[in-house]
Amino acid sequence: MGMGVDVRNRIAKRAAQEVKDGMIVNLGIGIPSLVPNHLPEGINVMIHAENGILGIGPSPEKGSEDENICNAAGYPVTTVTGSSYFDSSIAFGMIRRGYIDITILGSLQVSEKGDLANWIVPGKRVPGMGGAMELAQKAKKVIVLMNHVDKHGNSKIVKECSLPLTSKSCVNLIITDMAVIEVKEDGLHLLEVMTPFTIEDVIKNTSAELKWDETISQLT
Amino acid sequence: MIENRYNKISTLEDALTHINDGTTVMFGGFGGIGSPPALIDGLLEKNVKDLTLIGNDTGFPNIGIGKLVSRGHAKKCIVSHIGSNPVAGQLMTDGKMEIEFSPQGTLAERIRAGGVGLGGILVDVGIDNEIVSNGKQIIPVDGTNYLLEKPLTADISILFAKKADPFGNLVYDKSARNMNPLVAMAGKFTIAEVEEIVPLGELDPEEIVTPGIYVDMIIKSRGVNWKWVWE
Repeated sequence: MGMGVDVRNRIAKRAAQEVKDGMIVNLGIGIPSLVPNHLPEGINVMIHAENGILGIGPSPEKGSEDENICNAAGYPVTTVTGSSYFDSSIAFGMIRRGYIDITILGSLQVSEKGDLANWIVPGKRVPGMGGAMELAQKAKKVIVLMNHVDKHGNSKIVKECSLPLTSKSCVNLIITDMAVIEVKEDGLHLLEVMTPFTIEDVIKNTSAELKWDETISQLT
Repeated sequence: MIENRYNKISTLEDALTHINDGTTVMFGGFGGIGSPPALIDGLLEKNVKDLTLIGNDTGFPNIGIGKLVSRGHAKKCIVSHIGSNPVAGQLMTDGKMEIEFSPQGTLAERIRAGGVGLGGILVDVGIDNEIVSNGKQIIPVDGTNYLLEKPLTADISILFAKKADPFGNLVYDKSARNMNPLVAMAGKFTIAEVEEIVPLGELDPEEIVTPGIYVDMIIKSRGVNWKWVWE
């Protein structure tokens, strides 16, 4: 969405810091799919895909793609040692039962209560929810990666979502091109500000109340 | 020559006689991966109309079940996602095709429920979402509320598998498995298009994913003939 490669990678790099050794992680399309490129070498992480793979590896070299090893977006991937294939009911059984430690996805809006709206633009685009509702509602931690504002300059972090919700009170962490914001019981906490922006920039571009303390850090 | 002991190995032409205008067809595949190419092309050529299609998604406009959807052969789709097929979205917006959305895992379980003879499933995914919970019965179990989601079955199920033996035992190819084993169980008549038909006894019983009891007809595939989005 008009975001430079550097910015996309910076967001993905920050998200990668949330992924710890031994975790099971599900990645959405777009910026979330860049996260594996920023994981430390040797980390033991199994990446889960809704179409029935546990243990997705890096993208294949051009020319060595296997049409039957793809991610949920339909693009070729590889598998890591110890990976497995299964049908859709097992893939979602894993999600529903709470085995996904982190799901990293994109969004259209996030509210200050952590409501997620990422599946419908009324009158414009109705793509369907796919597996987003299961992931949002059942993953242990939900991280949203997105632009801080939409293409009209409106904040995507809002008091109440105006778009239809995917799931209520499910988002734990928001990482944008401007800031890292944690969703807590008492509201939104600004943790980090991305260079070259300032706290004031973030406040001005966020249409929900933000809390912060002196531990706030600047990310370059 | 492979002995056709169970009389299940047949031809595309024979398979197509089972699918006509208005038939409810459940299909395997996820973004076209694991959808049966010869059966889909056969249905296009036969020019069947008003199909009700049940499966994960509407593919891409020229990939998988999307080929039928984008050319107007379906009156209704029960799917989790149509985002990769803009033509499906347009047909829905224009009122030319009805779409019933189910969350993907719920859809998989509804198909499985139909396939294993259950009266429904209890699931809390989407319970706080009006679009999903709309009109559905809420059933409390030990203090937790669940939606009653109804099972799905179909007149005909169409699959794509890697190998079949003459009884219809199937193995799939990596992530092309997806919805196929569930769809196999939920059809009143299930047709498997397969890349290879092997003699009885060649498939290791430990590795069979779909037991042949669920497969009524086997046809040999000519392989995938569409260009993938990444090609």
